[in-house]
Amino acid sequence: MDTTLRLAWRNLWRNPRRTLLTMCAIGFGAVLLIFSIGLQLGQYDMMIGSNVRIYQGLLQIQRDGYRADPKMRTSIPDILNLAQKVRLGTGFQQVSARANGFALVSSAKRTYATAVIGVEAANEPRVSTLPGLVKQGHYLSSNHANEVVIGAALAKNLQVSLGDELTLLGAARDGAVAAAVLPITGIFESGNADLDRSMVQIPIETFQETFGMEGHGHSVVIFEEDFKKVTQYQQRIEQALGPHPGLVVLTWDQLQPGLKEMIDLDYSAGWFMYVVLVAIITFSILNTFLMSVLERTREFGIMLALGYKPFNIGRLVMLEALILTLFALMIGIALGVAVNTYFYYHGLTFEGMEEMAKLYNLPAYIKPQMSIKAVLSGPALILIFTLLAALYPAMRIRLLSPVEAMRKI
Amino acid sequence: MKQGYTLIFALAWRNLWRNPRRTIVILFAIVLGAWAMIVMAAYSRGMSQQVFNNAIDNLLGHIQIHAPGYLEDPVIDRVLDTQQPALKTALLAPEIQHTAARVRVPAVVASERDSQGVTLLGIDPAAEADMSFIRKSVTLGKYFEGNQDGGIILGKKLVERLETSLGRRVVLMTQNSQNKIADRGFRIVGIFDTMIDAQETSYAFITLGTAQQMLDLGTNVSEIAVKLSHADHTDKILGGLRAGLPGLDVKPWYTLDALTKLFQDTWEGSAFVWYLIVFLAMGFGIVNTILMAVFERTREFGLFQALGLKPNFILLQVWLESLLLLTTGLAIGNLVSWLTVLATGDGIDVSAFSQGMEMVKLSKIIPFVLTTDDLVVANAVVLILGLLTCLYPAWRAARLVPAHAITRV
Repeated sequence: MDTTLRLAWRNLWRNPRRTLLTMCAIGFGAVLLIFSIGLQLGQYDMMIGSNVRIYQGLLQIQRDGYRADPKMRTSIPDILNLAQKVRLGTGFQQVSARANGFALVSSAKRTYATAVIGVEAANEPRVSTLPGLVKQGHYLSSNHANEVVIGAALAKNLQVSLGDELTLLGAARDGAVAAAVLPITGIFESGNADLDRSMVQIPIETFQETFGMEGHGHSVVIFEEDFKKVTQYQQRIEQALGPHPGLVVLTWDQLQPGLKEMIDLDYSAGWFMYVVLVAIITFSILNTFLMSVLERTREFGIMLALGYKPFNIGRLVMLEALILTLFALMIGIALGVAVNTYFYYHGLTFEGMEEMAKLYNLPAYIKPQMSIKAVLSGPALILIFTLLAALYPAMRIRLLSPVEAMRKI
Repeated sequence: MKQGYTLIFALAWRNLWRNPRRTIVILFAIVLGAWAMIVMAAYSRGMSQQVFNNAIDNLLGHIQIHAPGYLEDPVIDRVLDTQQPALKTALLAPEIQHTAARVRVPAVVASERDSQGVTLLGIDPAAEADMSFIRKSVTLGKYFEGNQDGGIILGKKLVERLETSLGRRVVLMTQNSQNKIADRGFRIVGIFDTMIDAQETSYAFITLGTAQQMLDLGTNVSEIAVKLSHADHTDKILGGLRAGLPGLDVKPWYTLDALTKLFQDTWEGSAFVWYLIVFLAMGFGIVNTILMAVFERTREFGLFQALGLKPNFILLQVWLESLLLLTTGLAIGNLVSWLTVLATGDGIDVSAFSQGMEMVKLSKIIPFVLTTDDLVVANAVVLILGLLTCLYPAWRAARLVPAHAITRV
């Protein structure tokens, strides 16, 4: 084995230019894949992260069917107790109950139709970043306070400011008229006008009273930092709930299948490109492998005549390819990781990114993901393809007959 | 001299096929590369065009005219008079194909069961027919028959949410020009189905005449949408309209819908980056192959030079070989791509990702769109960069010293 290894190493450097060019092709491919896959995964992390953080939460407990058809009547009884049960049963601290409604919100001059969300004043800031974005005034003070917090864009459209009263007029859970007059205590500004216009938040008990909820609510929102463990969390919550007919525990991707699908589609398109790219690189280097075998026909003939088995020569050729590829990949991985580390700390941004970021509530730069998956899946793909490419010349050796091979130049 | 060129041309072609296996392998790489470039370009172009067309059809048009301040604060007070002479003259430009005046205000639509916030659109049935998606999307019931039609057209998804159906009545509530709530019952005469949930739930259509009457608007409207014979005329017409209508707010589609513009720009930029990456991947292989072909003919080139051929001739010949290799690869690549596009027919079905597609305003089928521009750019990238990189092996061949070259085995 030791001899074969040394032989393979020496053979590689018989034609240094060719070997170097081939290594460049492989190394270049590795750097490119590590960079793009890292960036792609980093971008997904960012999209998921900001979506989950701003309002939605990582998991939600809802009545079955509420997500597809959010009706006021599809509610959960005694929502505050349910939230408390989850807190105690799972040990999660970032848990908050919500109730969702819809109302005509009027100021002295204007009327707009928006969503009205009843939230737990103390717990909401733990599951959503929106309360932290209150730029004027303060967030809700207690679960039964007479207060409302609205977005900056909505405040502008309603022509109101801090302290002004808003009239909420909507339909209660039983279909009766729900009405409340509440002073504005806080104005949040997320930077996304659509989000800032889409809802007003009021304390959950005030909500339940106004909309005739009788203790009901619509969701318990749970946030945890480690998104990858979401299915474990889901199981833990389900255990804590015990038997829970009619209730479902939904993960972020079930809550927002659109986001998940967009990521999946982008990921498939990405992999299509990576595979095509690696295939092109493979064809480029297949020639090198093939040439290096064909030009040694005479040599292989002699080796066969000396008693080498075709299998051993094939192994030698494969070993050459393996060494070359691994060597190039190692350099490629080192460079790729260096590039990604740089952007991990400095962030990558491009023209127009800021506008896009604002519209989708994202930070204005991307950080590549630094994980084993992000770093190694590209190079692994290259390794598989190059070894497949080396297989063909290696197999050809079996076809050689020593006498004819030795006669070749 | 002319004969000389034919000769080196024939020589180059024959040289290319001296080692058919090697040429075929590298041709595979080039064909695959060209295919990947063109098909990806067609896919991106299809996507980008679809997003653009969908956006223009989604009530955007190429240019919109509003009263100043309407866009930030879309209320009933900010209206413009359709009867002003300046407006009528300004809209006479020959590039303007269609114009449609609309009342567009936030409203609430309520059935017996539920209520939803929507954007109320009062449209002129005849003008709107060629302007936006609504006419061709009515799948149940019928489109408005005249400007005084008292019915309402709602989206399929909204009708489901409201638990109502065709022929039933709904109540529409909005703020009228006296800041009072105006409400009125409407019979659902049509249901539109666009497969995009957000579109189906966010609009309610009534006729312009009814809207103006309901809201005491007289001949005033909220917006005028303008569709041009071609999107390229946008800037020209925009200038004309702005000059002719100093008191009004005239905005092009790319300001009104910055996201669509951003998508287009990003796609164009990324397509070019993709070309370069694919080229780099095959570039290494091309150079390596030609280099190999040059070095194994060292003796031959030495002999040519000894016989009196100029180094430039050798350079030209090797270069011509690369040119033939590249053009053959590109020709096959273009053909295969064209067949691929033909084979996909209407496009590729991405309905598995439909909710994700909605987020980026795409339909369930993405057409492949081959444009001459994309084809030219992709082919030019390969040809120009390919010929530039092949200068290296050609130059190496021309630099051989005859005496050394001949004596080499």
